[in-house]
Amino acid sequence: MPTKMVPRPVKRRTPAPARTERWELRLYVVGQTPRSTTAFANLQKLCEEHLAGRYEIEVIDLLKNPKLAADDQILAVPTLVRKLPTPVKKIIGDLSNEERVLVGLNLRQR
Amino acid sequence: MVRQRKASEQDAALAKCPTGIRGLDEITGGGLPRGRPTLVCGGTGCGKTLLAVEFLVRGIREFGEPGAFMAFEETAEELAKNVASLGFDLEGLIRRKQLAVDYVHVERSEIEETGEYDLEGLFVRLNAMIKGVGAKRVAIDSLEALFGGLLKEEILRAELRRLFRWLKNTGVTAVISAEQGANTFTRHGLEEYVSDCVIALDHRVADQIATRRLRVVKYRGSAHGTNEYPVMIDEHGLSVLPVSSLSLAHAVSRQRVSTGIARLDTMLDGKGYYRGSSVLVSGTAGTGKTSLAAAFADGSGRRGERCLYVAFEESPAQIMRNMASIGFDLDTWVRKGLLRFHAVRPTVYGLEQHLVAIHKLVEEFHPAAVVVDPISNLPSVGMGNEPSFMLLRVIDFLKSRDITSLFTSLTSGATETEQTELGISSMMDTWLLLRTVETSWERNRLLYVLKSRGMWHSNQVREFVLTRKGVQIKDVYVGPGAVLTGSARVAQEVQDQAAAVTQRQTIARRQRELEHERRRVMAEMQALRSKSTTLTEELKILARDEGSRVDMAARSRTGIARARRAD
Repeated sequence: MPTKMVPRPVKRRTPAPARTERWELRLYVVGQTPRSTTAFANLQKLCEEHLAGRYEIEVIDLLKNPKLAADDQILAVPTLVRKLPTPVKKIIGDLSNEERVLVGLNLRQR
Repeated sequence: MVRQRKASEQDAALAKCPTGIRGLDEITGGGLPRGRPTLVCGGTGCGKTLLAVEFLVRGIREFGEPGAFMAFEETAEELAKNVASLGFDLEGLIRRKQLAVDYVHVERSEIEETGEYDLEGLFVRLNAMIKGVGAKRVAIDSLEALFGGLLKEEILRAELRRLFRWLKNTGVTAVISAEQGANTFTRHGLEEYVSDCVIALDHRVADQIATRRLRVVKYRGSAHGTNEYPVMIDEHGLSVLPVSSLSLAHAVSRQRVSTGIARLDTMLDGKGYYRGSSVLVSGTAGTGKTSLAAAFADGSGRRGERCLYVAFEESPAQIMRNMASIGFDLDTWVRKGLLRFHAVRPTVYGLEQHLVAIHKLVEEFHPAAVVVDPISNLPSVGMGNEPSFMLLRVIDFLKSRDITSLFTSLTSGATETEQTELGISSMMDTWLLLRTVETSWERNRLLYVLKSRGMWHSNQVREFVLTRKGVQIKDVYVGPGAVLTGSARVAQEVQDQAAAVTQRQTIARRQRELEHERRRVMAEMQALRSKSTTLTEELKILARDEGSRVDMAARSRTGIARARRAD
């Protein structure tokens, strides 16, 4: 069962977003390791800053859903997958380099 | 707990996991190290993937051990399609939950890396497969793909080290394939992680002929063959050709087999070849080598024994047609399943493959005799002494199975007839030499036994005649001052016959004359004898007449006296 961690929406007036589509993100981890916690924290912070109000993060623990590892072609953990908007993007690592994550998610031009 | 596992590990130190791959288990002394990873390295197209798949499929089919396949290079569908021609039904095995296949897609352009990570996903996937089917065997093909897909090599290396350790702890027997490197066994030095067993596959092309070879580079705790062994991929999968038969320890037979030609048997102590011996028939072009081979095959069919005919020069149909013209109905033996042809051009594949093909056919067909016709064009495939080495292996293999082998060899007109190009005479037990002689505008075939180990054999050169009714061996004409063959022999024989007739007639006439004389003498003797009898008779009559005359005279004197009344 995917554990959904929908962060509490932060009441804040944000500038009208350039794009209004919803972002569906999945973070694949294996167990509660320091690295997965770091990755989740980094991701949440980044989303709040850039995608506030229009994102959803689903954390998938492969220990609980091993089948999804093969189905979603997960190799390294943590892996962040941008399901929406398409095309699907994959970022591996603890997401510590914000700049690279933004580039990877197409939130910033290279 | 830990101590317990260690103990069981030690017990299993030499346990082997049979691969079921023909020949591989022989050279590894029973298979791969059980419960340990084995690295299979080699270049493209050398059969790494096939070895991995076959290891799993045969494990399931022959040893009842489920398997898990992690594929980096082909999807499950592609893989299934590729091995379907070998009779491996991957989809069926997957449906029956005996096999799990997971295709790992790694593409660098689709992956962004940021920060630390590990390959726990890979472990989860492997574990899921192993648990899912209860896998005892795992194949990973090939790990090299990871190096192409991930940037952080130090992470990768640490994770691979962990993977090998993990596989070992899981207790599965694993085959991991890797790409060959320029100076190392694998491009990324994976061999340093696998200390138990490393197998190198090789795919070489020389003179446009590809040859695959396999070598066990290392096998900790086990003796193994260290040579390079030829590998063949055919419709049944991989075969590795062990050279375990390369010894001179085979049992020998005292049994004899006919050469298929009664007269030739006579030349070989009246019984023919030894069973399980090697026979070489050499000669220049058109001397009847194939005919002699066909006679042997035919004779073997008539005995109800199987014969494998390896033809390197002619198609089976052509051989059968040609041999029918000299009275050998090989077709019948083929239909009865006693004769099997294996006709290929020598250049179709490398020597090793030929060797493997012969091995395989022998294993399948169980012949009592094998004919290889001819061996002389094998050098066109191999280099140096490779062909003779291959022949040595064939001969030793056949001898170890007690299979009589007959090889034909073409000697070119220029070279010495008693010299074969391959220098294989020492491997042969019996050597029949065919040659032609040209006399009085014709060419005739001659045959003689150059050597035949362990039996009396004729030292005579015989004439070898191909007739519509088979091969005949005739004495050459050995008369005063001449050894003749062919029509000269026939002419001489006719001449001799005429002379003999004349002489017979002369003698008969003389006999008649003498008889006549004898009869005349006898007749004369008869006449004389009857004359003598007549004379004797006459003498008797005369004697009697005289007596009666005297008597009469006396009587008449008395009568006169009485008449005269004399006193």
